[in-house]
Amino acid sequence: MIEGPAAGIGDSPPRPDGIPKVRGEFAYASDLSAPGMLHGATVRSPHPRALIKDIDVGPALAVPGVRAVLTHDDVPGTKYYGLISQDCPVLAVGEVRYHGEPVAIVAADDLAAAQRAAKAVVVDYEILDPVTDARAALFDPLCPKVHPGGNVVRHQPVRRGRPGDADIRALADVTVTREYQVGMQDQAFLGPEAGLAVPTANGGVELHVATQWLHADLEQIAPCLGLAPELVQMTLAGVGGAFGGREDLSMQIHAALLALRTGRPVKMAYNRRESFFGHVHRHPAVMRYTHGAKRDGTLVFVTAEILLDGGAYASTTEAVVGNAASLGVGPYEVEHLAIDAYGAYTNNPPCGAMRGFGAVQACFAYESQMDALAAELGMDPLEIRARNAVKQGSVTATGQVIEAAAPLAEMLSELRAMPLPPQRSARDLLPGGYGNTTHGEGVRRGVGYGVGIKNICYSEGFDDYSTARVTLSAENGEPVALVHTAAAEVGQGLVTLQGQIARTELGVGRVTVGRADTTVGSAGSSSASRQSYMTGGAVKAACEAVRERVFDLAREAGFPVGPGSRLEGGKIVSASGEPLADLSRVLGATTIEQTREYRHRPTGLLDKLTGQGSSHVQFAFAAHRAVVDVDVELGLIRVVRLDVVQDVGRILHRQSLEGQIQGGTAQGLGLAVLEEIVTVDGTVRNPSFTDYLIPTILDMPPMGMRILEYPDPAAPYGLRGAGEPPTLSSTPAIAAAVRDATGLALTRVPIRPEHIALAGLALTGTADD
Amino acid sequence: MRQSTDGVIVLRVSVNGESRSAEVSPGVSLLTALREQFGLPGAKNACEQGECGSCTVYLDGDPVCSCLVAAAQAEGRQVRTVEGLAGAGGPAAQDAVQRAFLACGAVQCGFCTPGLVVAVHDLVHRTAENHSEDLDDATIREALAGNLCRCTGYEKIIEAVRQAAADVRSEHRSQRPGQVAA
Repeated sequence: MIEGPAAGIGDSPPRPDGIPKVRGEFAYASDLSAPGMLHGATVRSPHPRALIKDIDVGPALAVPGVRAVLTHDDVPGTKYYGLISQDCPVLAVGEVRYHGEPVAIVAADDLAAAQRAAKAVVVDYEILDPVTDARAALFDPLCPKVHPGGNVVRHQPVRRGRPGDADIRALADVTVTREYQVGMQDQAFLGPEAGLAVPTANGGVELHVATQWLHADLEQIAPCLGLAPELVQMTLAGVGGAFGGREDLSMQIHAALLALRTGRPVKMAYNRRESFFGHVHRHPAVMRYTHGAKRDGTLVFVTAEILLDGGAYASTTEAVVGNAASLGVGPYEVEHLAIDAYGAYTNNPPCGAMRGFGAVQACFAYESQMDALAAELGMDPLEIRARNAVKQGSVTATGQVIEAAAPLAEMLSELRAMPLPPQRSARDLLPGGYGNTTHGEGVRRGVGYGVGIKNICYSEGFDDYSTARVTLSAENGEPVALVHTAAAEVGQGLVTLQGQIARTELGVGRVTVGRADTTVGSAGSSSASRQSYMTGGAVKAACEAVRERVFDLAREAGFPVGPGSRLEGGKIVSASGEPLADLSRVLGATTIEQTREYRHRPTGLLDKLTGQGSSHVQFAFAAHRAVVDVDVELGLIRVVRLDVVQDVGRILHRQSLEGQIQGGTAQGLGLAVLEEIVTVDGTVRNPSFTDYLIPTILDMPPMGMRILEYPDPAAPYGLRGAGEPPTLSSTPAIAAAVRDATGLALTRVPIRPEHIALAGLALTGTADD
Repeated sequence: MRQSTDGVIVLRVSVNGESRSAEVSPGVSLLTALREQFGLPGAKNACEQGECGSCTVYLDGDPVCSCLVAAAQAEGRQVRTVEGLAGAGGPAAQDAVQRAFLACGAVQCGFCTPGLVVAVHDLVHRTAENHSEDLDDATIREALAGNLCRCTGYEKIIEAVRQAAADVRSEHRSQRPGQVAA
């Protein structure tokens, strides 16, 4: 319970889930149990593409302690689900399309028995050649079809001006063409997928799961179980990080099927290896860009082809393509452009949402292009960005007017003004850490910049609402508020923020935020940097409705509540702050409950041929400067410092906000120099934290930060979504710094030692300038 | 340690100052025994191969990845988990490290927190006992390089370490009024 006046909007009260978290008592999904509980396990395909000739569950049923072994034959309802298209089988039907695809599920008395039984299921596969190249999948007519409808999940063109015309091209004094690649990044949240399904007396099921959107889960789960939605009750279990990786279902339907079949509670908890197969990843991308600019740096035209490998199932690929297309030239004014963004089906691991969602891949390419242009023109990288930066009133690639502030120019000059770290000294840690491999003879320092633009909230016409129920009553003479939403606290601090809003709007100290579940309307997803905006907006709206009821009650009791009155410090006060009535007294024994749905302004579709349309709600911007030391002989990189400037509209909780910016920046660093799921012929080679490296505290540098507050009048409190933008710009900033240090082109992230060390042989003997 | 006929081991171990015993399968990790047998889910199972540090506990006073320790290896030894740091004092009681993590915003999803709290507890107490005046940035980073956090980017964790170190140092000083820190 957090009380007192210093806990409203703009303060940084402690998080209500903080004490149990530091004491080790917070119940994550993997910590749940129930009396009589069974343990589930999943049989997964070892092949990226194969026909299933036969499944023999007999040997698995013979394992002592096994209670059920299920295949697609046992799925009572719809056999397919998906967030946008329902193309993903609950359990493989006749064919597997990726390495790790679930084929059968098992429930047993204990985990060891369940795992033994899963191994005992005999699946007869006819192995097929996997489709692993997105370009071939999209454009080669001889390429096998991963799904009957073909391999193109979405193609979104964006067209403005006349980028192909000779007279336009002739305006460009320099033209740079490069092809860029982004590897497959994993969300690598620390709490693996887990949950508990409990059968209920009415034939339904209760699910306690770690997810980003309870209601979207429910809408996908119930039809597969053949149950009416009201027979599926969802409650949020403790979530150990998400970053997009919990948008899609993992064990939810499987555990529910096993619970309904056995009549017993069933727990499923993935280990780290299984987690790498249990959720979608960030789309790997191949992007070919051409930029033309005048001698003064002004962009003349941009053309881009962006290929995003969606893997075996659609997940959110359609929306990721929409983002990559609409944000494909970055935060720059470009009169003439042609972008073609594609999402492909292949037999690679399925890809979907990860923090930054299509904007990350494009940002690496367009920022690299800005640097390439600057180098051609002999310009300062910040100057060329400032010259072309969007501002309030600018028109984006899709023809959308940026209505709110877009203070790119100020952000760039703030970034320039931040102090650089001192020159490298002998005391500094070498790239490669404590390994005594060199004395740093080959270490060069580099500096680079990155700027990104991210859409906030769901786009392209989606009805992206959130619901909040707020209750106000008096207990022992003290007003008490209860806030109830279905919004997923995934670590970002949303529970804290809901309490702050209620305290600010209702002027009460005591606020409880109820557990998120489906007994209240949908809150939408904890995705797209949208929850402060959307669930924040819903809580604010519900509080305002409660406040109006309080004022009605007060007027009925004869208190002179006039225009501009508000609730403050447990009292109704006039516009001038004069106390009018005691809130508890006005409430008496009455409980006021109000539920509100909050919607952002409607968005439009993108035209299928021209990509024109006002498809986004809000734009957010971040800019990074990276300083790196690179051992050009060993190919090792140490990021020495990462400075960031971000505009957030309005700071609601500074400490949480800083944590979002720092954490997002770290994930961008991971993509720049460490993180990639490596596949060979569609097979995942590194599903462990030994082989998939996320940044440690030694990999992270100190971070300087400047936060700007240019309010967006359309958003609650003027806020701007903040979680994703820093993930966009830190990657290209680091890549640029490594290029600066090495002089190499480096068109692929993550940058690996061999990209530097092998190319770097040519550098031997060059002056250390 | 006894081994019954069905291969189950009876493990006796001191956990957070209490003598406990439980039947465990041979080969089970200390982490699994703590979580499943002793009802202490504070230590977390994020990787179970010693890469992430989320399962860090004290074993005879040394921080270890409990996923890498066989439960049988803990026979007759002292285990202290995150649940045992705050001591008595009710459901909201916190040790100096836990307080610092909360105050500095070092907790987001919190899955790494129990392991980090134990690792930082070890670091700041060792430092205070050695009368080291200050923990520099490099020392903190090296000491915590075995604990992964995916949410915070580590900046606020470093702030929390500094605050906890200061608090623990002054605790040590007040406990030994006649001594002067080196």
